[in-house]
Amino acid sequence: MLCNICKEKEATVHLTKVEGDKMHKVDLCEGCSKEKNVNAPTGGSLSSIFQGLTDSADLDFDAVEQTATETCLACGFTQADFKKTGRFGCPECYEAFAGNLDGLLRTMHRDVRHVGKTPGSHKNQAAAEQLKTLEKRLEEAVAREEFEKAAELRDEIGTLKATLKTAKPAKS
Amino acid sequence: MNVVDFLLPVSEAVARKGPHDRIVLSSRVRLARNVQGHAFPGRAKKEDRVASMKEIRPEVESLGAFKDGFSQSLDRLKSQEKNLLMERHLISREHAARSAGSAVVFRQDESLCVMINEEDHLRMQSLRPGLQVKECWKEIDKIDTQLEKKLDYAFSSRFGYLTACPTNLGTAIRVSAMLHLPGLQLADLIGQTVNSVTKLNLAVRGLYGEGSDALGHIYQVSNQMTLGEREPEIVERLTKVVLQLIENEENAREKLLEDQPKIIFNQIGRAYGILSNAHIIHSKEAMNLLSFVRLGVEMGIIPDVDCSVVDELFITTQPNHLQHLAEGRLSAEERDLLRADMLREKLKNIPRPEPK
Repeated sequence: MLCNICKEKEATVHLTKVEGDKMHKVDLCEGCSKEKNVNAPTGGSLSSIFQGLTDSADLDFDAVEQTATETCLACGFTQADFKKTGRFGCPECYEAFAGNLDGLLRTMHRDVRHVGKTPGSHKNQAAAEQLKTLEKRLEEAVAREEFEKAAELRDEIGTLKATLKTAKPAKS
Repeated sequence: MNVVDFLLPVSEAVARKGPHDRIVLSSRVRLARNVQGHAFPGRAKKEDRVASMKEIRPEVESLGAFKDGFSQSLDRLKSQEKNLLMERHLISREHAARSAGSAVVFRQDESLCVMINEEDHLRMQSLRPGLQVKECWKEIDKIDTQLEKKLDYAFSSRFGYLTACPTNLGTAIRVSAMLHLPGLQLADLIGQTVNSVTKLNLAVRGLYGEGSDALGHIYQVSNQMTLGEREPEIVERLTKVVLQLIENEENAREKLLEDQPKIIFNQIGRAYGILSNAHIIHSKEAMNLLSFVRLGVEMGIIPDVDCSVVDELFITTQPNHLQHLAEGRLSAEERDLLRADMLREKLKNIPRPEPK
């Protein structure tokens, strides 16, 4: 049986946790169990087993289970496939595996957030969202009779609307 | 039209001039893009690759820049033709190995080329002679902006342009320059140069990109990081490093000439001697010797000849260009004979080195 986390080494530490009527099982290799600070409940007595579980308190069962079973719904690609090929299966994979990605991206890039060119269609989307927020704030400002603030917001909305108009509509 | 007939003759292709082309052979900016609704080419089944190609290719072909361009599906090209395109740096080694469901579209002047379904749905590049990375970026940016109106790009505001490999994520830009650095090689400074460039988070590779050797003392310097930095910053950073490398190479050449001129004369003289007298020569040996002949021309030791004559030989002595010349399949041994014949003939037009 292979380790749920690295999917490379043989699992030697096996943990089971019962939560209500659900049972979670995790199998880890020695390296990963150390990294996750898990001790194998090898002791014979009940107390040592419980001790083992307490030690593993910071092991996030859900996260490990999720890592093991995560699959991109769009293309069926799994985390294990990614480990093997170093490539993703389709654009949707980034959504499916986003949770575990930042650590990896940090080793490759300057930052984990995109800055730089943005397609026009996405610019519109971002601007449209911003417009909604501004209009809501304008209403609030008017309701509170903060007319100076309202005038500022009105100008901002005007500029934003102008840019939205000049931008080509997005192709769906 | 046959791709070989469409391609510019090598002599014309190498005659193009650019700033700093003594040392910078070419500049290139490549953008990777993918469209929504299709798996990446490495994952997609053949039918899906054919489907995404059918969606993408007409949009690329319809761009003004490719009006008189060449466009072909890779299953319609012979492997020799694909390798010929690789030797011209129009397509990657990986793309040359692909077939149905992949395509290539390029301009005759080789300044713009789009690979469809390589590792990503679209890999578009702008290529120019000399140090012109900024111009390359502007040109490919324009093409990309035209295409984004027609194709639904896979983009996320968090990760930027989504690519098959996370190393390309974000701007998905690869800015690179191909440098000829024989001086640094002879001065034994190339190792430390490569190290310091690598420390700046830039990659140094051989002639044909990832995993290839630095044949003919030709090195490709490119950015590695694509996420978290804007395109103009990346272009600027690479330009600065390349300018520094040009300076280092020029200094190394001058210093060698001053301190150990015999080392330079010896290398150039031997290279000239072997190339003009050999009867069997492997492409690697030919490349490394041609590199010294080019150095001789650039330093005025080989007088009155343009370095495009040497650059032409860099390309025409490549295995697939030779195959094409011979109009048939040649074994490696036969190629080595033909290459030597060709070099002896061509070297007659290059004057003997005359050290001052």
